[in-house]
Amino acid sequence: MASMRDIKRRRNSIASTQQITKAMKLVSTVKLQKTKARAERSKPYFDKMYSTVTSMLAKSGTINHPYLKANKSAKKAVILITSNRGLAGGYNSNVIKLVTGSELEPEEVVLFAVGNKGKEYFQKRNYRIEKEYPEVIENPMFTDAKEICDEVLRLFSAGEIGEIYLAYTYFKNTVVHEPQLLKLLPVEVREEDLAAAREKAADHTLMNYEPEEEEALDVIIPKYMTSIIYGALVEAVASENGARMQAMDSATSNAEEMIDKLTLQYNRARQGSITQELTEIIAGANAIS
Amino acid sequence: MADDKFFDLEIITPDRIFWKGQASMLELNTSEGQVGIYKRHIPMTMILAPGVMTIHLEGENKEAAVHAGFIEILPDKISVMAEIAEWPEEIDENRAREAEQRAERRLQAHDPRIDTSRAEVALKKALVRLELSKMK
Repeated sequence: MASMRDIKRRRNSIASTQQITKAMKLVSTVKLQKTKARAERSKPYFDKMYSTVTSMLAKSGTINHPYLKANKSAKKAVILITSNRGLAGGYNSNVIKLVTGSELEPEEVVLFAVGNKGKEYFQKRNYRIEKEYPEVIENPMFTDAKEICDEVLRLFSAGEIGEIYLAYTYFKNTVVHEPQLLKLLPVEVREEDLAAAREKAADHTLMNYEPEEEEALDVIIPKYMTSIIYGALVEAVASENGARMQAMDSATSNAEEMIDKLTLQYNRARQGSITQELTEIIAGANAIS
Repeated sequence: MADDKFFDLEIITPDRIFWKGQASMLELNTSEGQVGIYKRHIPMTMILAPGVMTIHLEGENKEAAVHAGFIEILPDKISVMAEIAEWPEEIDENRAREAEQRAERRLQAHDPRIDTSRAEVALKKALVRLELSKMK
């Protein structure tokens, strides 16, 4: 059995770890509230954007636009959104696993890494990292999303990449965060939404475009992508804080459990040593008399 | 019917729902020029150009600056998707003036390293902000 001093030392060290995890949990709870409110505020814009693009696509089956078709290039851009800091449970590794577990081949992936954790992982595995944006994830702004989007679209228009994907963590609610891999370009919307939009379009008068449809698509699709990237950024930040809060919460309660167990062990060891001392004294006294 | 001329208007930016309510007319700048839209317009999607947007309400007008975005018009509903939208009281006049100076200098420098189209956009934004702040 471990000595009393060892047990005590271990208990103290766990207690100080617990203080840290407790503090981190409090911090991430506050941050979660803030980032969650922000993610919710950006939702209406994103939803409206999605429905506009869906209804445009529903009516424009015949439009021949470069943004609606894959390029010849086999390269695939992946915008990867992870955090800069760890201690967030499975948050980062879930996003990474999504990319490595998909049908994307390592040779054809071109990464645009937002956040350090994902970048570090893929750098070690010799993926091609085109650009990195480590500071963006601290406080994502709409201009950041625009910058990323412009860069990716430039490569797409130049024919250097054929498809664009986005890997991020969807913030469903405070406890559920789902890693997602979305295809941004060529534009793809869910089939059922497209069907619904077609139905709606049938009884509505036809939508007009000014300037012409193709020119309008030229402007609207980059905006649509920017809004998705922005939405993904704010949701990822909310998810990160949610994940960290959960991880720290369970770490704190695990520490509590360990401290209880060690306290019990310590008391047992203390009692054992007292019993032993008493036995020795009695034995000594008996020997003298 | 007095309220027949009102339509639903929503102005959405990435950060918030900027304004939502009933309006009788909406004036704004599009890539094709200035337009004023009443109720029962034909369905149309237009691209926004930076400018001052005027919302006509019952007896009063509201002004706001919008930069970049697009607008979706349906007979009884208009949605403005603006990347940036600001009320006059949110605009910092000094900052806008500084931005204007900076952008103008950049354009005049003819430096090949400077992205002229970006400076032009910055200049336009600054001008719209200044125009609106004068209306205060």
